[in-house]
Amino acid sequence: MSAEVTTFGPDRLSRHGRAASIALRMLKDRGFVVICILAATSSILVLSWLLWSILSSGLTYLDWAFLDDVPSRKPEKAGMGPAIIGSVLVCAVCAFFALPIGVGSAVFLEEYKPTKGKWVKRLHAFVQLNISNLAGVPSIVYGIIGLTVFVEMFGLFGSANDPALAIGSHPFEASDGSSYLEQAWYYFQLPIGRGVLAGALTLMLVILPVVIISAQEALRAVPDSLRHAALGVGATRWQMVSKVSLPAAVPGIMTGSILAMSRAIGEAAPMLVIAGIVFITYTPLHLMDDFTVMPLQIYEWAKKPQEAFHAVAASGIIVLLAVLLGFNALAVFIRNKFHKPLS
Amino acid sequence: MMEPSEAALPEEPVATHEEITFKTDLSQTRPSEDPQDLDAAVRVERFSSWYGDFQALQALSFVIPENRITAFIGPSGCGKSTLLRWINRMNDLVPSARAEGVLELHGTDLLSSQADVVDLRRRVGMVFQKPNPFPKSIYDNVAFGPRLHRKLSRSETDDLVEQSLNDAALWDEVKDRLKASALSLSGGQQQRLCIARAVACGPEILLMDEPCSALDPKSTAAIENLMATLRQHYTIAIVTHNMQQAARTSDFTAFLYQGELIEFGATQQIFTKPEQRETENYITGRFG
Ligand SMILES: Nc1ncnc2c1ncn2[C@@H]1O[C@H](COP(=O)(O)OP(=O)(O)OP(=O)(O)O)[C@@H](O)[C@H]1O
Ligand SMILES: [Mg+2]
Repeated sequence: MSAEVTTFGPDRLSRHGRAASIALRMLKDRGFVVICILAATSSILVLSWLLWSILSSGLTYLDWAFLDDVPSRKPEKAGMGPAIIGSVLVCAVCAFFALPIGVGSAVFLEEYKPTKGKWVKRLHAFVQLNISNLAGVPSIVYGIIGLTVFVEMFGLFGSANDPALAIGSHPFEASDGSSYLEQAWYYFQLPIGRGVLAGALTLMLVILPVVIISAQEALRAVPDSLRHAALGVGATRWQMVSKVSLPAAVPGIMTGSILAMSRAIGEAAPMLVIAGIVFITYTPLHLMDDFTVMPLQIYEWAKKPQEAFHAVAASGIIVLLAVLLGFNALAVFIRNKFHKPLS
Repeated sequence: MMEPSEAALPEEPVATHEEITFKTDLSQTRPSEDPQDLDAAVRVERFSSWYGDFQALQALSFVIPENRITAFIGPSGCGKSTLLRWINRMNDLVPSARAEGVLELHGTDLLSSQADVVDLRRRVGMVFQKPNPFPKSIYDNVAFGPRLHRKLSRSETDDLVEQSLNDAALWDEVKDRLKASALSLSGGQQQRLCIARAVACGPEILLMDEPCSALDPKSTAAIENLMATLRQHYTIAIVTHNMQQAARTSDFTAFLYQGELIEFGATQQIFTKPEQRETENYITGRFG
């Protein structure tokens, strides 16, 4: 500050600098709003054009039967029943594995954070950094990992067609004298092959980083004063986690997990690597069975040469969008309904 | 006009001027005792504590007498909270904290690494500066501690909750809404709920770190009156920046300054004829 500033009160500014034009400032202000509106409308326009084109062609084949029917060579008979059931199965199994592992990892990383020891702390920071990095890895990479680790199991147990271990299959004598192996609903084999289980485990890899990070954020939002209160009355660390921090974080964890599941349902690339394009006309009988999922089925229809099938693909997209919208709405609902203040 | 049935949420009793007055003004009523003549709840000897290289407490020696209220006063940053956090081992959560010397609760070494921290914390109740009830029902808040330590039948829990809420002078205000969220209570009620929660575990000593600093005079009065009642059953250590509060409520006062114990003695003596210059300056507001 130079010592010459001696004016006080409203005169101080008028003595220094050139007056900025009010008109110009207002113009900039307006201009910025216009730019924002343009940006918003252009994205909305593109989105509604997309939706319109999908709706206009997709509604032709969309009826209740479409949700139930199996794929067919005739577009008017085609349906996505097996794909819907496949998606539901794969996502259910995926959630079964991803939620406990993801929430468990988050609890470990957040609540059992090391406080002493330089190297343990560095290890913690390293793991944390890598989980954030994994969230950005393209899903096709997970597909390839899933292929090696789950489908083939590094070739340790032979090939999928000649598994080293198979539980739940028994020889069945057909009437014409030929015999084959019939597989029960609990059929299990090693390696697990290109089945529902391999798909679910691969999707688990895709969404685990997201589940972990969102669960960590939910735990971080629980104020420390509550943890201190629990420890202060003699809770062990586990009692503190299970009775105070986890229950308080549940709504946040659920919201994050549901959004992760909606990502899993829409994934095509890793599923393409695991399941390939298969013409499936039945519901998977057990966890090793071949399957298809909605995005794959849509992809298959869309790449057919016949125009009519593109309309069928559009119908499939409408169904998929409806499911995704449902998931997101559920997440918003849970966030609004169950998120309560914690202090 | 509100129908009686509509008054589902009982309000805190309307304070008349009588009720706001502090019932206990010990400077008139209590004879001053020598802390050495009383049983010791907590014994502190040559006790020092560090955060990293910073020494927060310097070779303190005194006893907190049983069934009395001991106030800790001193300027901000002098180590009052640090001392309390050692008594219930909350400093275990601070990686850089370490301590030396003797710190005993009824003969149990509080610093030993073999000490069962979980049991220690049950024996030492802590009330924090800001009320921190769990986002659970009033009932579950009080039952939280006991349930951690033993299996209780429904009726046992009911009894314990009622008794503890009574101890904390909150029962009459919440008995009709035990299932309501603890967060629906006012700040003063929340703090008394935290006291009930601490008392429910049957602690041998109750530590209160500025329990009234976030409360209005009426709630403060409620808590001070409560302390006077609790004094019959519990040993209480309270940290406060409010000189009148220390003078009103406590039997003994410890004055800490820059990590050192400057003076410890009967409250009446500390506030009327302190032996140390610093103590006098602090309580008369000449520094701090
Ligand atoms: N976690 C910590 N890490 C490092 N230093 C700390 C930590 N906690 C407290 N200190 C330091 O120890 C000293 C004593 O702190 P303490 O919290 O005990 O003070 P206090 O007497 O309770 O003060 P106040 O009246 O403001 O609450 C202060 O100088 C503070 O900066
Ligand atoms: Mg303090």
